[in-house]
Amino acid sequence: MNALIWIVGGVLLLLALGWAFRFAAQKLTGNKPYFRDMPLGVAFGYVFAAAALLFSVWYFFQPQAVNDIPQPGVIFFRWAVIGLLGFAAASWLFRTVFRNVGSEGSKKLFRSMPLTAAFGIMIIIAYAFVSIFAGFIAPYGQEEILGSANVVAGGNPALGGNPEFPLGTDQIGRDILSRLIYGAQNTVGIAFVTTCLAFLLGGTLGFLAAVLGGWLDQLLSRMVDALMAIPSLIFSLLLMTIATAWAGSEAWLVTVYMIFIIAVIDSTRVFRLSRAVGQSIVVMDYIEAAKLRGEGMGYLIFREILPNALAPLLAEFGLRFCFVFLTIASLSFLGVGIQPPKADWGTMVRDLSQFINFAAFAPNVAVTPLLAAGAIALLTVAVNFVVDWMLHKSSGLKE
Amino acid sequence: MSDLLLKIRDLKIEGRSDETWNPIINGIDVDLKRGEVLGMIGESGAGKSTVGLASMGYTRDGVRISNGSVEFDGVDLVTASASTKRALLGKRIAYVAQSAAASFNPAHKLIDQHTEGPVQHGVSSRAESELDGIELYRRLRLPDPEEIGFRYPHQVSGGQLQRAMTAMAMACRPDLIIFDEPTTALDVTTQIEVLASIRDIVEQFDTAAIYITHDLAVVAQMADKIKVLLKGDEVEEADTHTMLSAPQEEYTKSLWAVRSFERPAKPAINTSATPVVSVRNVTAAYGTVDVLHDVSFDIHAGRTVAVVGESGSGKSTAARCITGLLPPRIGHVEFDGQQLPLSYKQRDKSQLRQAQMIYQMADTALNPRKSIGETIGRPVEFYMGLTGREKRKRVEELLAEIELEPTEYFNRLPSELSGGQKQRIGIARALAAEPKFIICDEVTSALDQLVAEGILRLLAKLQDELGLSYMFITHDLATVRSIADEVVVMKEGKVVEQGPKKEMFKPPHHPYTDLLLSSVPEMDPDWLTNLLQERGVDNIGDAAADKM
Amino acid sequence: MAGLAKIILQRLLLGIATLFAVSIIIFVAVNALPGDFAQSILGQGATPESVAAIREQLGLNEGPVTRYLKWLVAAIQGDLGVPMSQALFQSFTGSSTGGDVITVFEQIVPRLKNTLFLAGVSAAISVPLAVTLGILTALYRNTAFDKAMNVTTLSAISSPEFFLAYILILFLAVLNPVFPSLSNIFPGMEFSDRLNKTMLPALTLTLAVTAQMMRMTRAAIINLLASPYIEMARLKGLSPMRVIVKHALPNALAPIITVVALNLAYLVTGVVVVEVVFVYPGIGQLFVDSVKIRDIPVVQACCLIFAAVYILLNLTADILSIISNPRLRHPK
Repeated sequence: MNALIWIVGGVLLLLALGWAFRFAAQKLTGNKPYFRDMPLGVAFGYVFAAAALLFSVWYFFQPQAVNDIPQPGVIFFRWAVIGLLGFAAASWLFRTVFRNVGSEGSKKLFRSMPLTAAFGIMIIIAYAFVSIFAGFIAPYGQEEILGSANVVAGGNPALGGNPEFPLGTDQIGRDILSRLIYGAQNTVGIAFVTTCLAFLLGGTLGFLAAVLGGWLDQLLSRMVDALMAIPSLIFSLLLMTIATAWAGSEAWLVTVYMIFIIAVIDSTRVFRLSRAVGQSIVVMDYIEAAKLRGEGMGYLIFREILPNALAPLLAEFGLRFCFVFLTIASLSFLGVGIQPPKADWGTMVRDLSQFINFAAFAPNVAVTPLLAAGAIALLTVAVNFVVDWMLHKSSGLKE
Repeated sequence: MSDLLLKIRDLKIEGRSDETWNPIINGIDVDLKRGEVLGMIGESGAGKSTVGLASMGYTRDGVRISNGSVEFDGVDLVTASASTKRALLGKRIAYVAQSAAASFNPAHKLIDQHTEGPVQHGVSSRAESELDGIELYRRLRLPDPEEIGFRYPHQVSGGQLQRAMTAMAMACRPDLIIFDEPTTALDVTTQIEVLASIRDIVEQFDTAAIYITHDLAVVAQMADKIKVLLKGDEVEEADTHTMLSAPQEEYTKSLWAVRSFERPAKPAINTSATPVVSVRNVTAAYGTVDVLHDVSFDIHAGRTVAVVGESGSGKSTAARCITGLLPPRIGHVEFDGQQLPLSYKQRDKSQLRQAQMIYQMADTALNPRKSIGETIGRPVEFYMGLTGREKRKRVEELLAEIELEPTEYFNRLPSELSGGQKQRIGIARALAAEPKFIICDEVTSALDQLVAEGILRLLAKLQDELGLSYMFITHDLATVRSIADEVVVMKEGKVVEQGPKKEMFKPPHHPYTDLLLSSVPEMDPDWLTNLLQERGVDNIGDAAADKM
Repeated sequence: MAGLAKIILQRLLLGIATLFAVSIIIFVAVNALPGDFAQSILGQGATPESVAAIREQLGLNEGPVTRYLKWLVAAIQGDLGVPMSQALFQSFTGSSTGGDVITVFEQIVPRLKNTLFLAGVSAAISVPLAVTLGILTALYRNTAFDKAMNVTTLSAISSPEFFLAYILILFLAVLNPVFPSLSNIFPGMEFSDRLNKTMLPALTLTLAVTAQMMRMTRAAIINLLASPYIEMARLKGLSPMRVIVKHALPNALAPIITVVALNLAYLVTGVVVVEVVFVYPGIGQLFVDSVKIRDIPVVQACCLIFAAVYILLNLTADILSIISNPRLRHPK
């Protein structure tokens, strides 16, 4: 009840401040139309944002420890803010560099790019680099057991860390940093292969359905409708039950089955999109002109339709990849995805999750599970930012 | 109270693209007295709608007024507060939009939308304004005025909606109405009813109006004075009679001249010769519904046959039967006396090559991912077997033929061309097949008048040089007059009348041809008045349609 | 009106047909298990008697079509069979007619209730929140507020549910103990207590769903505000409030309803991961547990229930948007 009174009181106070702010601005600017016609809600928004900003700055500079007792709230907040600002600065730098280096086309691209998209591209490049060269970057092997278990992250011996393992080790003594790096290779690589497979299957069938139409289109569409009526995570869980039975004791087979299962389930979405895109192109007059010229099916699909479908398909590829990636991570998290001992982020989150409960007195310990989960989120956020920008660009500035 | 109702001074408007503001209107002045009608004309992109909206103190998203004043009855709408503007809009200044179908809210009945303005502005009560609405519907000659208001917008036809929208604008008896191309989306025979009712009601209530259109003949009927705009600048302004008889500026003169383009008549057809294309008793259906009924006509070598009709008359369907996209249910098509296979899929390469097509929307007719060179080069390679340097040479010849600089345009993409240039590329692609016969499907209807005239002249030149035959599908009788040799009039899937152009434009006509012909606005300011007298004021259009 | 009824009837029939197709898919999938699955479940050391018993118990001795029809008819009557774990137990003790058998149905019902409670709480928070924010971002589009919301929602959509869940646990359970991080719900609990324990999973789901719902609402409203009749309403000098309430809202209803129903359908899937994180005794957790021990009757039943709810919600979206379309409500 107390909390409610505080909230209502705060809102009322901010409303009053908002009114005062608008009134002052009207007087100071001599009734500029912007302030004259400003709704109270907008003034409230300004004041609210200012208050939130002030509070953040104040909280950021609170002491990290009082009487040697760490203040985890402040510490986590500082990490979050520093991380956010760090990423923003890095992507700004990244964009600035590519505005001045590279071909004319790429320079122009970077000049009109929002910071979020630059951030996305930077992260995607970084992930690609790490997953390709994981073997060279990682200090230890992913399955290597290194003696000391449960080393705390941070590398500070006073807090139970070890400089040799900057992110600590897990319960059975494997280096978490190395496993994170190999996780990039496994999780991202598998998700990428799966998405490609889904596109190959769904894209081909979708375009065929769009161009040929008739009974083939009807048959495929009805099949896809039925498959899509089962929520995809549920369906993949069901199929994974069967897959694990088929695989028996061969852990790697489970992963192979998983790739095919998710690819098939996801290809239904790809099918829908490529069919829709294909159909919207097929009705164009230039397709009619090509048909009347007597062109064959191959020319129609590869020379007339596909080049025009590339942009929407590329955006869809990004979204599908995120979806597949999250599905795989969720399956692994639930224990039926990528099988141990291969390092993978979903499994790592599950295995390390109880460390979170130490956050109140040892912030460093609680970080490790969040790192793996954060690694997943970071990539999907990055891809989504890029896709969002691409979609925005292709839809023009009409909004 | 000054006599001047609307005074716009040095109005400048900018639009945003790519995060920068670019000028759209570069300083325009307007003076409008009470009860006066100003016609504002210009081609697309001239900024006429933007000025129309700005004279209500309104700009669309991404557009802003950067300079100048819009004084309505002494109030500057540029600097006025939102509430001041709201009090004027709808009550003293009203707006009639181009598409009534899109501008009526689909969720409410017409009368509810009609009474909303008067009730909200406190002009009259709901009951009063409902009665007034019915009275206005009656004056605008809407059928069933007692009933029609209680329908939803989608239950009423386009021409009637446009009149209902005019009634809605009149609801508060405003001092000024902005008409933004109110008849552009309508067929000619419908257009005339709407024009007549708008003109009457504006006169009856002595309302001032700005009438925005791209159609000179329409503006001649409606306006007391005319202002010509070009790319955001004023070209000239004068009262209607002066403007029509003695335009001062070159641009205006060229606009006026478009309507006078007419090809010299050709000698009569040698009836013994085999026609290039002969449509024989074609009946065709979409699904199970017949949309063409027993259509027959011939197209002779080197001649242009215009197929005329309003939307839904079946003229494009006839073209689809000729090309084989829609195989006829009954009847067939002959080419040079040889019967063509019904479906294009069964036709061989040379049969396909001989008949080419040019489309209405150049935007969708060109593959946006292919350069001009590729687009024109493909038929050259496909039909003529030319490759490499020979192909390029032929494409450049074709580009020269359609009056575009070959080296400059060869590598461009369609998005880098204007509407008229795209249409020329469409023509070049058809020519590349070296056909005998080309179907032109409304090729000028999406273009501005000057550009359209250029296309028509080009098509005429090509016909003279190459001996081509055209089937020219159009709804615009001015186009027919300028380019056709023979005319086929279609209505509801049937041929109503056909014959040489000279005879078609001379009475006696079939009643439908008569209605079509007489509904085309002419540049004479008194044309509408005379026509209405001729037809009898109360039964414009409807009566003529009933006669058939 | 007859036209409308006909369209709705068509959609209903289509929904039933889809459900039927889904049941076939699930049945076929389950029957794709390798070899004799009674044997594979019991392991190599099982006696022939126990294999025979479990075959009998699961009705594996009959043809696939017969088995499908039997299963379907029983499922429609609410008889979803006996969980494998129970069947196993019986086959070992030999008391195949024992009285204390917990059927799948009995196992699922209380769990389903818990899950519906969780979904209900999340929906009660997220729907009003998402619609309000969606409308606000549409009205103030391209402002700093809109851009900040865009980045936030994109991030929320992109994050896996367990990431959101652990962040919430970290801040609302560990650092500031506001809500419990484990949701040990049991029958006969007080409502406020139950709500308190459901809060964290519900908030996680809210985060995941609100973002998507808000973005879709925003897109729908922006699309709507660009329509000529809204411009017309403004040019009639109506107040901004009236433009929104009288002119935008009646037309926005259909797209918003669709958005909400689609996202509630998504909620059903999201429940699985969230229930596992918070050890929430709902149908999602039961499903995952059964998947791990390959308890086929339970997996099959859960799958069917998830699909049914999903289809039902999509169907509702479809029908509601048809009903709210004036063109269909008032035919020519």
